[in-house]
Amino acid sequence: MNDVAIAGIGLHAFGRHDGKSEADMAVFAIREALADAGLGWNDIQYACGASKDGRFADSLVSRLGLRSIPFTNVSGGCATGGSALINACMSIQSGLADIALVVGFDKHLRGMFGLNTQEWNVDSWYGEIGFLTTVQFFAMKTQRYMHDHGISHDALVKVAMKAYRNGSLNPKAWRRSEMDYETIANSRVINLPFRQYMVCSPSEGAAALVICKGDVARRLTRKPVYVKGYALRTRQYGSLEVFSPSKPLENAPSPTTIAAQAACEMAGIGPDEIRIAQVQDSEPGNEIMHMAETGLCAHGDQERLIQEGNTGIGGSLPINTDGGLMANGEPIGASALRQVYETCLQLRGQANGRQVPNNPNSGLCQVYGAPGVSSVVVLQC
Amino acid sequence: MNEIRQVPIAPGLFTWPSDHPRLLGSQCAGCGIYTFPRTGCCPKCGLETLADTELANRGTLWTWTSQSFRPKPPYDAGDTDETFKTYYVGYVELPGQVMVESRLLVDDETQLKIGMPMALEIVKYRQDGDREVMIYAFRPLSA
Repeated sequence: MNDVAIAGIGLHAFGRHDGKSEADMAVFAIREALADAGLGWNDIQYACGASKDGRFADSLVSRLGLRSIPFTNVSGGCATGGSALINACMSIQSGLADIALVVGFDKHLRGMFGLNTQEWNVDSWYGEIGFLTTVQFFAMKTQRYMHDHGISHDALVKVAMKAYRNGSLNPKAWRRSEMDYETIANSRVINLPFRQYMVCSPSEGAAALVICKGDVARRLTRKPVYVKGYALRTRQYGSLEVFSPSKPLENAPSPTTIAAQAACEMAGIGPDEIRIAQVQDSEPGNEIMHMAETGLCAHGDQERLIQEGNTGIGGSLPINTDGGLMANGEPIGASALRQVYETCLQLRGQANGRQVPNNPNSGLCQVYGAPGVSSVVVLQC
Repeated sequence: MNEIRQVPIAPGLFTWPSDHPRLLGSQCAGCGIYTFPRTGCCPKCGLETLADTELANRGTLWTWTSQSFRPKPPYDAGDTDETFKTYYVGYVELPGQVMVESRLLVDDETQLKIGMPMALEIVKYRQDGDREVMIYAFRPLSA
């Protein structure tokens, strides 16, 4: 099978962009990625795109050029962008295409996500009774996790502070001001233990990648970033997932755990060799839990790492170095690709102002979405 | 005179009217697991060998949270942004069976603690014309 490398990256700033459609942002990101790779739309042989609320991704061809190339649309909750990348990686590995494009974009309405029960395989009573909100679920999962593994409220606040600090260093982030401890800790309660300034908001944005066979990438760029491992996994019986009226008594590893193991195995490296990670951080609980679910640390170790400052950019395990979901917001189709964009900048040594020191050469990107799906990619240069 | 009718929020979730209401789930004849609500296909073994069963009405609080802002539709409690009151949600572990997601009947978070015993109640959720829409919920079991 062919190896896969990223030859070009592009990203439209995340945030609120009145007057710009999601397609405008997607096309911007695509053009930036193509320019970064030194290629044009005419070089793309396969495309895969993702948007939750925007137009179908393949409709973008009317703005790029009608060339009858295969263009697949995917969806998968908040893991949507990862699903698109993996789909495109498979096109390269299989030999279907030498050069492929991945794009993810969204422009969500303000306020928390409005959802409908039919999309998520629960009946209408589940929404009427007030269970159909994602943050509520993550708050419950986090409360239990804090109880089981000794994670403090203080750690939640510090994770949020780190998100805004990193966001302030990222010119394409939405929230670009640091926030102090008291402001976060005393903000209004959303779903205990989460307060308003801990919770990411839906936002707008787009990201795109040009991926290709390794030998093509090596002709295009001096520093290709290789997608050494990837995995998309759905849930097993026994795991605790969003929008579940019940949970079995027996436990099972989460989709994130399974996907991370598979991605690292495919990459041939252990999680201890990962130097930087972007994980699903819709609020601090998820960042903390996903650090362990991906195998980057042991359950419970997060408290020590956070208190020591070791998840910051200068630490031993930098997490969400671009500010993550908390500072960038969540345009569902784009988020996973934003993680890859950031990791590529870091591995290339191009993350000006927020560069992780000592030349990190491997990174992990993880997203998780309803109703229990995770995508993990392992990048190396 | 107008008679108030009590209607479960959805059919088949719990027994009602009843002096001893129970949640309704399924148990798999193949692998023995329980589900809530009832389902036709076992999520563990994939067989269609489930039978309707009444679940335990006592359990232990496994986790919880507050809902401190009024969710968007399809949330429908008959309240408005002005009348909305924080509510509480959790998972209650029914011994030997399954954990169920449930509204929790408490006034504030100081009354909730992981591990505490809980008891099932059927309560009025909202008024739809002449009908009282009923839901299941769990209340801390007083000592």
